[in-house]
Amino acid sequence: MVSLFDILGPVMVGPSSSHTAGACRLGLMGRAIAGGTPDHALIRLHGSFAATGEGHGTHRAIVGGLIGLAPDDLRLRQAYDQATAAGLEWEFHDVDLGEDVHPNTALFEIERAGEKVALRGASVGGGRIEVTELNGFPVSLGGGYHTLVLLATDRPGTIAAIAGLLATEGVNLATMRVDRTGRLEEALMTIEADQPIPDVAIQAIRAFPWLHWARRIEKIS
Amino acid sequence: MHRSIESLLADARESGRPLPLVVLDTEAKETGVEPDAIRARIRHTLHVMRDAIDEGLKGDVRSPSGLTGGRAKRLQDNGPRILGPRVTTTLARAIATLEVNAAMGLIVAAPTAGAAGVLPAILISVGEFMEVDEERLVDAMLVAGGVGGVVAQRASLSGAEGGCQAETGTAAAMGAAAVAWLNGGTGEQVATAVALALQGMLGLICDPIGGLVEIPCIYRNASAAMQAMAAAEMALAGLDFPVPADEVIDIMGEVGRRMPTAYRETAQGGLAASPSARKLVHIRPSRTPTGISR
Repeated sequence: MVSLFDILGPVMVGPSSSHTAGACRLGLMGRAIAGGTPDHALIRLHGSFAATGEGHGTHRAIVGGLIGLAPDDLRLRQAYDQATAAGLEWEFHDVDLGEDVHPNTALFEIERAGEKVALRGASVGGGRIEVTELNGFPVSLGGGYHTLVLLATDRPGTIAAIAGLLATEGVNLATMRVDRTGRLEEALMTIEADQPIPDVAIQAIRAFPWLHWARRIEKIS
Repeated sequence: MHRSIESLLADARESGRPLPLVVLDTEAKETGVEPDAIRARIRHTLHVMRDAIDEGLKGDVRSPSGLTGGRAKRLQDNGPRILGPRVTTTLARAIATLEVNAAMGLIVAAPTAGAAGVLPAILISVGEFMEVDEERLVDAMLVAGGVGGVVAQRASLSGAEGGCQAETGTAAAMGAAAVAWLNGGTGEQVATAVALALQGMLGLICDPIGGLVEIPCIYRNASAAMQAMAAAEMALAGLDFPVPADEVIDIMGEVGRRMPTAYRETAQGGLAASPSARKLVHIRPSRTPTGISR
């Protein structure tokens, strides 16, 4: 659905909605997935991001997003200084992922408090983004919802247990997706919710014996 | 949002509501956001538009590539010679916003960053000449937004999909509708202004030098603003166009789909591939910045 402010906006730091605003939102997603400002980020840029990124402020926008600057924050211009002050170390490399991959794709390897996450995302136009891979698992995250990503052993009752627990905490689910690597192997659940997912829910979910890994991703601006 | 100019006008006609109110009510219903909050957000975007124009006209903005900056002020300081002051001022304002955009300044991507200069230049300038208050400008923005919504759904707003006609062409159509409405144009005249503005932009390719939103973008924004004002002038004078606005929009979409990739924001054709543009290698730094201190 098209909204009026897709047309009369977004308000953003120039010069490009895909290469600047979208790049910043990819950085914000990286930060949200890491749970805060990372200690270190290695970013590989593919296609048009690699070819014209520097002239579009793409690198600065990504670094700015990683430290929590929004697409309309003028401090994006000084994102490198801001990031150094925030304690972020970063490095960029170019990568060729082939012709079939979206031209504005970035790969992130992020470290925070001793934990590592890897994600792959693309700026798909008008400042909108899609994260398509998280730690090697296929996902589809746009940043528009409070999201929960879980990796669990595939066994009966896991979905009901999670959904029930979230319902108890008053969290309304917008979308839910389950992908598994094989029967009774591992399943990746992506849950998008209208409300923030409270700490107690995360702790309770982490206590399930069949749960390997849980990550809460805050909605980004 | 409405999927056709025709349905937008019919809705206004049948309900007896003015065009801006139809757009506002539709948005409020579809998003659940209160009309007052929508208007407040539009006022904020108008302020950002004004600030960008003011910043650009100071003349000291420069893009990181060095390709753009200072031209808006040069035009303002040296014109008008041939055109009237209204048009020259509007052109300078369109360039000002795009120069601020290229210098990583704050702009409103209405409908896109690459076409961000057109609507503010027209709205702020015409609003000034006609001495309209801010609420009328918010109404004009709603009319422009309604038109842009139709184009987004029927054709495209993206240079990578449809060339420059999809970006500055849409901006011109939105601006022409807003100006026609501000001048008391009938629904039919608003629709004709859309058709006239867009027919004049059909086929325009997206060929930015170095792939950067700078040259020819700043000039394309200026000419699109002029196209929009001309379209509104002709529509308000009662000139007609045999192809309705919705069909012109559909044709723009079709032309975009049939446009070769080289002319759709790839910097592989058009001005970007000219011998002189290719010599500007300095605008494509291959530096990979790092923040590692060791």
